[in-house]
Amino acid sequence: MRQFLKLIVRNTLRHKLRTGLTVLGLLIAVLSFGLLQTVVGAWYAGANAAAPDRLVTRNAISLVFPMPLHYRDKIRAVPGVKRVGAANWFGGIYQDPKKFFPQFAVDGAQYFEMYPEYRFVEEEKRAFLRDRRGAVVGRKLADTHGFRVGDTLPLRGTIFPGDWSFTVRAIYDGAEARTDTSQMFFHWDYLNETMKRRVARRADQVGVFVVQIAEPARSAEISQAIDAQFRNSAAETLSETEKAFQLGFVAMTEAIVVGIRVVSFVVVFIILAVMANTMAMTARERLSEYATLKALGFAPGYVAALVLGESLAIALAGGLLGIACTFPVAAWFGTQTGTLFPVLAVSPATVAMQLGCALAVGVAAALLPGRRAARVRIVEGLRAIG
Amino acid sequence: MSPALIEVRNVSKSYRRGGQIVPVLHDLSFEVQRGDFLGLMGPSGSGKSTLLNLLAGIDQPDAGQILVDGVDITGLPESDLADWRAAAVGFVFQFYNLMPVLTAFENVELPLTLTSLSRRERREHVAAALRLVGLADRAQHYPSELSGGQQQRVAIARALVTDPKLIVADEPTGDLDRQSAAEVLSLLEQLNVEFGKTIVMVTHDQRAADRAHAIKYLDKGELSEGADLLERSIR
Amino acid sequence: MKSIPLAYSVRNLWTRKLTTALTAGGMALVVFVFAAVLMLDAGLRQAMVSTGQPDNIVVTRRSSGSEVQSGVERPQAALVESQPEVVTASKETVVLIAQPKRDSGVVSNVTVRGLSPQGIALRPQVRIAAGRMFRAASTEVVVGRSIAQRFAGTGVGERLRFGARDWLVVGVFDADGSAFDSEIWGDVDQMMQSFRRQVYSSVIARLADPATFDALKQRLESDPRLTVDVKRERQFYEEQSAALSGFISILGLTLSVIFSIGAMIGAMITMYAAVAGRTGEIGALRALGFRRRAILAAFLAEALALAALGWALGLAAASLMQLVHISTMNWQSFGELAFSFTLTPKIVLQSLAFAAVMGFAGGVLPALRAARLSIVDALRAA
Repeated sequence: MRQFLKLIVRNTLRHKLRTGLTVLGLLIAVLSFGLLQTVVGAWYAGANAAAPDRLVTRNAISLVFPMPLHYRDKIRAVPGVKRVGAANWFGGIYQDPKKFFPQFAVDGAQYFEMYPEYRFVEEEKRAFLRDRRGAVVGRKLADTHGFRVGDTLPLRGTIFPGDWSFTVRAIYDGAEARTDTSQMFFHWDYLNETMKRRVARRADQVGVFVVQIAEPARSAEISQAIDAQFRNSAAETLSETEKAFQLGFVAMTEAIVVGIRVVSFVVVFIILAVMANTMAMTARERLSEYATLKALGFAPGYVAALVLGESLAIALAGGLLGIACTFPVAAWFGTQTGTLFPVLAVSPATVAMQLGCALAVGVAAALLPGRRAARVRIVEGLRAIG
Repeated sequence: MSPALIEVRNVSKSYRRGGQIVPVLHDLSFEVQRGDFLGLMGPSGSGKSTLLNLLAGIDQPDAGQILVDGVDITGLPESDLADWRAAAVGFVFQFYNLMPVLTAFENVELPLTLTSLSRRERREHVAAALRLVGLADRAQHYPSELSGGQQQRVAIARALVTDPKLIVADEPTGDLDRQSAAEVLSLLEQLNVEFGKTIVMVTHDQRAADRAHAIKYLDKGELSEGADLLERSIR
Repeated sequence: MKSIPLAYSVRNLWTRKLTTALTAGGMALVVFVFAAVLMLDAGLRQAMVSTGQPDNIVVTRRSSGSEVQSGVERPQAALVESQPEVVTASKETVVLIAQPKRDSGVVSNVTVRGLSPQGIALRPQVRIAAGRMFRAASTEVVVGRSIAQRFAGTGVGERLRFGARDWLVVGVFDADGSAFDSEIWGDVDQMMQSFRRQVYSSVIARLADPATFDALKQRLESDPRLTVDVKRERQFYEEQSAALSGFISILGLTLSVIFSIGAMIGAMITMYAAVAGRTGEIGALRALGFRRRAILAAFLAEALALAALGWALGLAAASLMQLVHISTMNWQSFGELAFSFTLTPKIVLQSLAFAAVMGFAGGVLPALRAARLSIVDALRAA
């Protein structure tokens, strides 16, 4: 066994340049694969961070249509509902459209009770609740644009036209790595008052209601109870768990997500071609050595195992290095894309897949050359020198 | 015009081997006359091939001068040497060094692509060269389809297709069986006697040495005449 | 410079068939991804750009990202309509509805457009493919070709329910691959009523003379009674796809570049092995009188030939993608958009250049090594 391993290690080091290049190629492939899977994972981040005790109620036709404010009290009256908070997607522009981040007008006090994963400094939270024009920003957002408590945050409204100005009163941190801290919140009441003055008919309109329920197990039942309240009215509603709501968004860009997943496997095939080529060349050049081993009495299986062992050694080296590189590169990518991907974490499942791919490539690349080496006729192999 | 084709004047050459400097040739001087068929013999590592490389312009001496047909090839830049070799020298190697992916015809044609001859003219020269070595009917064959002796004859055709004055051969029969070796040597002799080519041949093979008209021994970097040469010239 | 015959480089690829196949195959995959991404972007743009007529303009509320987010009050719309440069105008309302897809049942947003007979006339690329056009002032609708294919309940004779009403589908229209293929059309007044709208989403108009656009734009955008953006229809739709297009391009090209490094490494390994296996030949060629540059060129040519082979295979595979149709949510308008892969001559050339760079980058170092060999070393190592 020791001799076997010694042979494998020495053989891989014989052609340092070739082995080095192959390892590098595998590193890049495994890294790319891991990065792509992580990006796809980030797409689902919203759904994964959803809490089981929260529902989202929206206009049944489409998210783009609002609901009347007075629905809030009706929803609160539904049995099983603990809290209801209004939220409007604001969609304003900060300096220029490229510096996008989510902005929501929310029922301050109620809303944050429903999101315990947003951690506040109590003083800051109180300061926010006192200031009508106050704003709350997440840690990631604050870091990206350098917002600090006390800064003015100007926004140019699109859905709610005009220029708006807020003061940052609190910065929240996420309880977990996957909590979204790229968002900005301000008071719904302030939005409503301002709209009453500017465009009266747009006042008292809510984008979505976030509903906290007492028993997550009854979410389907309570959702239907809420919707039943508003059937056949001017604005029928659709209530679903927060997770289902988030997944709805992903489903709409499904084609792209599928595309990225497919492409991440293409890279594996590219590197399989490279690896198979390396092993084929190496095995061909060493045919006489394999013949010699067989002449000495080693079984064909041993020779094939040598080829497989070398292939796996190279594949593992490249794979492990690629996995190691995935973490810093994902982190860097996360800082570069700022608020576009709020959560970019490399999951254990991804690492497992990367390792699996590396091993699969190592095995597949060795199949044909290994077979050839095992089958070489001693006489022919010995003749083929140089 | 001096009767000597090659003049070697005080040539020295050494190699770096593992951090040490190994002197191979030391202050060597001799001449090769036009129309000579010279055999270079000596023990392994004596520098025979090194000397051949210097005469053929594929290596440069550390000191001294080499003149071939009046041209001082010492210290010429590589690009000039390349042009000179193309016109002046023909090579025959122990392992033939034909291009496996080119046919016999294309292999022989290779040196002519460095000239400004037209395609038709090249074809004529190649055909003539192949006829001379007796392989006109194998022109379209690849080296893998030819025997060792045939491959060497193609190599000889390649060596003479540009009509060089000098032909250098490094162990031309080293990889051949007796019959093929004899054919190759006869060819070389024919080139020398009929066409006046000057030939310098490095060899271990006594049969090859017998065909040469003169032998020099190289040992520890020093050249000496062969003892049996005197015998032969008497015979 | 006298060069080594090209046959030498090309035939050497043929002798090592497996290696050539694997190396070219790797490059082919990269070219495929590269070309496919470019084709996807081209297809998206084509869907968008072909949506716009050269003499049409689109008037929306200032700074609204799309028609869905825009609101043009009735008096404002009337003002636009009455401008002297305008020949025909259509006041339109655009909303999104949620409909399940045919095969997956997944619910997606579909764009519904209420327009007038003038509006239909403003889109000459639209033809009825099945059934007939909807009647004005009725609750009939027609659906775009892509919607009819993909969404449940959109066949001729079926009823759609939205806005608290039933709408009868009376026809399917073909909008020649433009964005309208992904829309449902109906009467504007019926829609406004049904969705309780007081304002229009946009005004689409045709200009008598397209050159008068700048003057009109200037006048309308500086009029204090109006808060509108005036854009040429082409430009409007181009901007609609900017975010999605940008994302596809950047992601796709980044991936292609990363993948190409893998393929280049493959080419490098192959070429290094080629050089190592043919040192004797290199020595012989140099001895014969070929210069170092000729050796360099011969091995570079071999690498480039590999790349060319990879390019041909990759492009062939990518052109097959033209049979595939994509449908996804457009991030700016939130509506479903259908488009396909489009192969343009520009993409053919771009992918060729990309392959050439891969071949060059992979082959240059080994070729340099071959060229740098001293004749003596090369002959000795043979």
